[in-house]
Amino acid sequence: MCLGIPVKIVEKKGSVGIGEIGGVKREVDLRLVDNVKVGDYVILHAGFAIQVLDEKEAEEMLSLLREVFERL
Amino acid sequence: MKYIDEYRDSKLCEKLASQIAKIARGKYITLMEVCGTHTMSIARYGIKNLLPPNIQLLSGPGCPVCVTADADIDKAIAYAEKENIILTTFGDMIKVPGTFSSLSTEKSKGREIKVVYSAADALQLAISNPEKIVVFLGVGFETTIPTVAVSILDAKMNGIKNYYVLSMHKLIPPALRALLDDKEVRVDGFILPGHVSTIIGVEAYKFIPEEYGVASAITGFEPVDILQGILLLVKQIVYGKPRVENQYRRVVKEHGNPKAQRLIEEVFEPTDCEWRGLGVIPRSGLKIKDKYSDFDIEKKIKIKIQKRKKNTRCICGEILRGVKTPLDCTLFGKRCTPENPVGPCMVSSEGTCAAYYKYGFNSRAMQEEKL
Repeated sequence: MCLGIPVKIVEKKGSVGIGEIGGVKREVDLRLVDNVKVGDYVILHAGFAIQVLDEKEAEEMLSLLREVFERL
Repeated sequence: MKYIDEYRDSKLCEKLASQIAKIARGKYITLMEVCGTHTMSIARYGIKNLLPPNIQLLSGPGCPVCVTADADIDKAIAYAEKENIILTTFGDMIKVPGTFSSLSTEKSKGREIKVVYSAADALQLAISNPEKIVVFLGVGFETTIPTVAVSILDAKMNGIKNYYVLSMHKLIPPALRALLDDKEVRVDGFILPGHVSTIIGVEAYKFIPEEYGVASAITGFEPVDILQGILLLVKQIVYGKPRVENQYRRVVKEHGNPKAQRLIEEVFEPTDCEWRGLGVIPRSGLKIKDKYSDFDIEKKIKIKIQKRKKNTRCICGEILRGVKTPLDCTLFGKRCTPENPVGPCMVSSEGTCAAYYKYGFNSRAMQEEKL
């Protein structure tokens, strides 16, 4: 029940955003997070963005993993 | 889909799995995934089949539907039976059996019970039905609770007088403490719930390694995430250095989501709460604060539920503590199936029994568990 999916914010009006995933769009309430910009990814849960996804962390984690395993 | 597909890279999964096997070196390790969403991902991606046989994964009490006590479901039904009430709930709750009935059975008898996607939808329903009392069945952990808090604040701000919440919310850290204090439960490490942690942060779990010496890793929900989380745990255990690691850094911050935490504190306060399988855990539930009592259905209409005992051979309670698995249950797959569930772990799409039933009857891991 704590399911959350990463959606891309494609529009924003005040504290209401439009999130897109796989071509599907829906309204996202942005009141639980600060400083969301169009183009950001957020974790959507029960209609709300519960956190902004840190894209730098995401890339770094994956490239670090790939790098470690290449050396093994 | 970005931030999903790359975490399903099968080559990376295989490499992670072989690294886990190498570091564990045959040491017998028991890990518990606390969250129901993890249970489902582990089953869906066949993670147990990728792990060496010396690493056992147990499911914990992290499916809110499963841990809701019979008496609480009876209470929700009692509200649904009242004249003029529309009871709204997340879909997962509707088929869960209470002592003698379920919300879905009551709905078929003509009670007004509606499935909603969010508390905000329930509030909308109240606005469009001003002559009715709309009650939202507040079930869920820290991830969901802020969204319910916002619905109450919105109702107050907009002067909505017919929206109420039946708060059965539960908190994860006190449940983990109860498990760690339970002598029957033997866990070397916890795969901690990614989205609960999004709200409460890393700090909230420090007591696990510090007071109990148990390994911990906050973990995301895709297969690469889960295997990496397991690798972190195995390293902590093998090298004897338990701590709280954060595998899901792209989403979970050290201090969580302070704004969401403030909203929870504004509207709710801790209370003792009964969990199926774990009993009453001090300060593990949340009730609505007095200043928002206008939105608390338990203040408006008082209902007393008598605790009654149900006589089935269902072992959901022990499964939720990781003491038994569905394969130990004589009802599993026979009298208890997703079509005709006896216990909540088979009802909920995130329940351990449902995951075993749907994905794993013939898997290697399950055959080994049976032996």
